Amino acid sequence: MFDWLANPNRFNRITEKIQPCILFITIITLISGLYFGLFDSPKDYQQGDAVRIMYVHVPSAWLASFLYFSLAISCVFYLVWKHPLADLVSSSIAPIGALFSALTLVTGSLWGKPMWGTWWVWDARLTSMLVLFFFYLGYILLSNAFERKIDGSKTASVLAIVGLINLPIVKFSVDWWHTLHQPASIIKIGGPSIDDKMLLPLILMIFALSFFSLYIIILNVKTKLIEKKCEALLFKSNLQEISKTG
Amino acid sequence: MNAKYRRLFITIIIILTLGLATKLILMALEDNIVYFYTPNDLIEKFGDTKNIQNKIRIGGLVLENSIKKEGEKTIFMITDRKKEVKVVFKGPLPDLFREGQGIVAEGMFQNNNFIASEVLAKHDENYMPPEVADALKKNNVWKGDSN
Repeated sequence: MFDWLANPNRFNRITEKIQPCILFITIITLISGLYFGLFDSPKDYQQGDAVRIMYVHVPSAWLASFLYFSLAISCVFYLVWKHPLADLVSSSIAPIGALFSALTLVTGSLWGKPMWGTWWVWDARLTSMLVLFFFYLGYILLSNAFERKIDGSKTASVLAIVGLINLPIVKFSVDWWHTLHQPASIIKIGGPSIDDKMLLPLILMIFALSFFSLYIIILNVKTKLIEKKCEALLFKSNLQEISKTG
Repeated sequence: MNAKYRRLFITIIIILTLGLATKLILMALEDNIVYFYTPNDLIEKFGDTKNIQNKIRIGGLVLENSIKKEGEKTIFMITDRKKEVKVVFKGPLPDLFREGQGIVAEGMFQNNNFIASEVLAKHDENYMPPEVADALKKNNVWKGDSN
């Protein structure tokens, strides 16, 4: 199954067809999510309009965690099955995941100042999210730190798998320890503790950012495939030149 | 094929070992990871507030009808509905600060009074429009910590 998907030509053919759909869904959900989030959803009884930061903060945080999970799984495929396409996928996911974790930290900070009274505290949730951001950065740096690309990919993949341990800590930190950050509102026992009118834009935004990420990841993988092809062609023509002159 | 399964096996073993190691480390460091203690935690852990010399954080709800202003000072009680701690704070309070609100105060104990250097508001995980909150309060099915 994975072999079947890992064929670059087939990958190109399939994504060619689904890419416009993904873009369409992204635009529709983003526009409706932003409209409901900014204009057509109620203020919070405690937080007033500041609650609207949630519609960017929560989807970013979800995506940062979900993308990290995908990155690590893709690294497992690379290390175990040695599929070159798996490495392209992980290195395509990394910058987007890093972007979303940075966005989570920044929007969280902007939300924390008016509500909690502080930009930052070293509680378990905030710290583990920062560690997640550093794992993304570490992956990107390591994969480019070696002279031979393949050494970088392997080392960085090991790091990404180690970082998998951090994910449950990010998710459950608010339940395991006392934190300043409040516990989960959507996925919890007894159903979401968030009003339906606020849940709607939140879910729309989660879809919007997920499909946006998927679109960018596919573009990234395609670009990297073309780069590989160029390298191979260049290598070939160099060889021909050498054999001619030599 | 065999080499693949060996690599997969090693990867799984590494993840499990690291997970276990992390769990042990987190258990050992629990005191440092906990961001605040509730008043009841404090008594259970330290016995008496006189035994606490260091800077700590206390979290809980602001006890109803306990807020007093004395010049620049604000005096109030933090409760976890089991035990209470008297807090003295000089400085600007967060907007969400009010009776029944969850807060976290950082500071030190002086003769059974907690002298706070910082007070942060901790809001809960319930999000709803003001009308819904009012209706819930009216019908006495309010479960939030706000009064």
